[in-house]
Amino acid sequence: MTSPAVTAAAPAAIAPAPATTSSTKRFVLGIFDDEDVLLHAVDNLRGAGVKIYDVFSPYPVHGIDDALGIERSRLPIAAFFYGMCGLAFALWLQIYTLGFDWPMIIGGKPAISLPAFIPVAFELTVFFTCHGMVITFYTISRLYPRFKTPVLDVRSTDDKFVVAIELDENSSQMPKLTQLLRENGASEVNQKEMTKF
Amino acid sequence: MQYVSPVREPLVTSGKTYHDVTQDICYQVEAAPNIRWMGALGVALILLGIFFYSVYRTLWYGIGEWGLNKTIGWAWDITNFVWWVGIGHAGTLISAVLLLFRQKWRSSINRAAEAMTIFAVICAAMFPVLHMGRPWLAFYVFPLQNTLGSLWANFNSPLLWDVFAISTYFTVSLVFWYTGLVPDFATIRDRAKGKIARFSYSILSMGWTGSAKHWSRYETVSLILAGVSTPLVLSVHTIVSMDFATSVVPGWHTTIFPPYFVSGAIFSGFAMVLTLMLITRVVFKLEDYITLEHIALMNKIMMVTGSIVGVAYITEFFIAWYSQVEYEQYCFINRATGPYWWAYACMMSCNVLSPQFVWIRRVRYSIVMTFILSIIVNIGMWFERFVIIVSSLHRDYLPSSWAMFSPTRIDVGIYVGTIGLFFTLFLLFAKFFPVINMAEVKTILKYTVNDGPTYGGSNDGSRSPAGHHAAPAPYSTPGVPASAPVNYDKQND
Repeated sequence: MTSPAVTAAAPAAIAPAPATTSSTKRFVLGIFDDEDVLLHAVDNLRGAGVKIYDVFSPYPVHGIDDALGIERSRLPIAAFFYGMCGLAFALWLQIYTLGFDWPMIIGGKPAISLPAFIPVAFELTVFFTCHGMVITFYTISRLYPRFKTPVLDVRSTDDKFVVAIELDENSSQMPKLTQLLRENGASEVNQKEMTKF
Repeated sequence: MQYVSPVREPLVTSGKTYHDVTQDICYQVEAAPNIRWMGALGVALILLGIFFYSVYRTLWYGIGEWGLNKTIGWAWDITNFVWWVGIGHAGTLISAVLLLFRQKWRSSINRAAEAMTIFAVICAAMFPVLHMGRPWLAFYVFPLQNTLGSLWANFNSPLLWDVFAISTYFTVSLVFWYTGLVPDFATIRDRAKGKIARFSYSILSMGWTGSAKHWSRYETVSLILAGVSTPLVLSVHTIVSMDFATSVVPGWHTTIFPPYFVSGAIFSGFAMVLTLMLITRVVFKLEDYITLEHIALMNKIMMVTGSIVGVAYITEFFIAWYSQVEYEQYCFINRATGPYWWAYACMMSCNVLSPQFVWIRRVRYSIVMTFILSIIVNIGMWFERFVIIVSSLHRDYLPSSWAMFSPTRIDVGIYVGTIGLFFTLFLLFAKFFPVINMAEVKTILKYTVNDGPTYGGSNDGSRSPAGHHAAPAPYSTPGVPASAPVNYDKQND
């Protein structure tokens, strides 16, 4: 689906749009109907040197990460780290409380009986992995409950794929981008201003 | 777009488009509640009232309100606990294990199955907490240093393992479910007309916009959550079985318990998923998403796990004889022929014989038969736990301690009450949350067979008068004349 030649020719990873002091941003939105058309369009746009702000889709489009140059998430590494923390905490908790702080003879067995500590150690490993990773995911993606959510095109959570390209102050690239998006199969091209996005 | 083998039936029928999916699933959330839903909620709330009354009696007058006696110190409470936890396991199996195995048909059922998991675990947790007698001291189970001395919790106890297993299972299932819901809440938010709806779904959707970077991370998170949930779900019922297996009571002290309990849990869980799905698909008109193919596949899993359970029953019996331990032998003979023979017979016929009917294709694809079977299996699995618990306890070593168990109306009330609690939560979920994972169903909508034409999910804005596109042309294998979809399952019948 993704043509490798185009991807290779594409410029390096898209830098996030520069943080401007003015809270209003202008976007040109290319609306696509089909994921395959979208993938080709993204490849071609980046090949033509266009900096894509973001792509919004109703479901995860496979191959879009490569097309946009999104790096592989390092969440799995974080998850492993959290899991190890959980394991260490669980072992410390059980060995410290039952082995050192208040040793008790239970069933005539040693105070530190590791086989009996396996279930809790496993459960806490999973607990820390899951919650640590999910909290990290929401934090780095800046997802938190909001009263109002700014959306560039509401159809992007329904049935359309939206390519957003940031425009400069006086929208000088608009005609060129419109033509480029049209040529690559966009069914609609809109301009949208967004405050606080 | 995905490439599908020609032997596969389409996962979503009637050639739905992306917008149709949104429309069909959001309809229930947006429309006024229908009369059938209100009626069902009314019944569930009556049962919930019974639950609160029984809990009040238990807490005010104590555990003496239950039918427990000196010999049988665990009966319906732990039976119900294990039954509910077991039911929950199918949800995780569908959302995690089938995700790892890339079983795409899970997309249309995983949301509701995960909801079932969460509500079932809530119901399960009621029993140990109430059995404490003083639930306001429930925090004693956590490893907090005792306020009266320096004691810590006993980590050698399987009951404490249970605390960790169930609380981890509950919270992990909850965040897994919620993270999956976020993109769908965003869809509802962006369609919402009313102020309150837009406001509440905006809060619930956590500012989700469907950005490519978010989706990429979302997929990573789902995969890892599935990866950790898979051993988690196995560990939870293993630990539940260790509540029994680590004791020295004949009939409980067996090493077969962990795998036997896990397969029993998945067995009963799939029966409950089938019960719920068969009702949901009719009430909410989701026949195109939860197809007969889905029902047949779930039936097959039910049959496999049911057969594993059957083998486990027989193995237990064999090992009792083979061990030459007379207490063990007596316990099993007493189970089958003693005063609780009827419970044993009920367990055997419901759990071992009834799922074997699924071998017959017509039964597998029949809604009525599947519904009846799923109810029978749920009853059978309740009896399995009752047989394991009560029949192992009721004949103690001293014949003077022999006793029978009879439930009081409070026992019955709490059990029936948790069913009310479960259905209240499930009905509220089904009304206010999207019952099918829209984002995931949209990924399986478009497919192509052998590099041929693309079916489903055309998105050009055209719409047939009925709101649906015509069904896609039946696909065919090269060299085979185009006719009905090729289904080798059917041909071999």
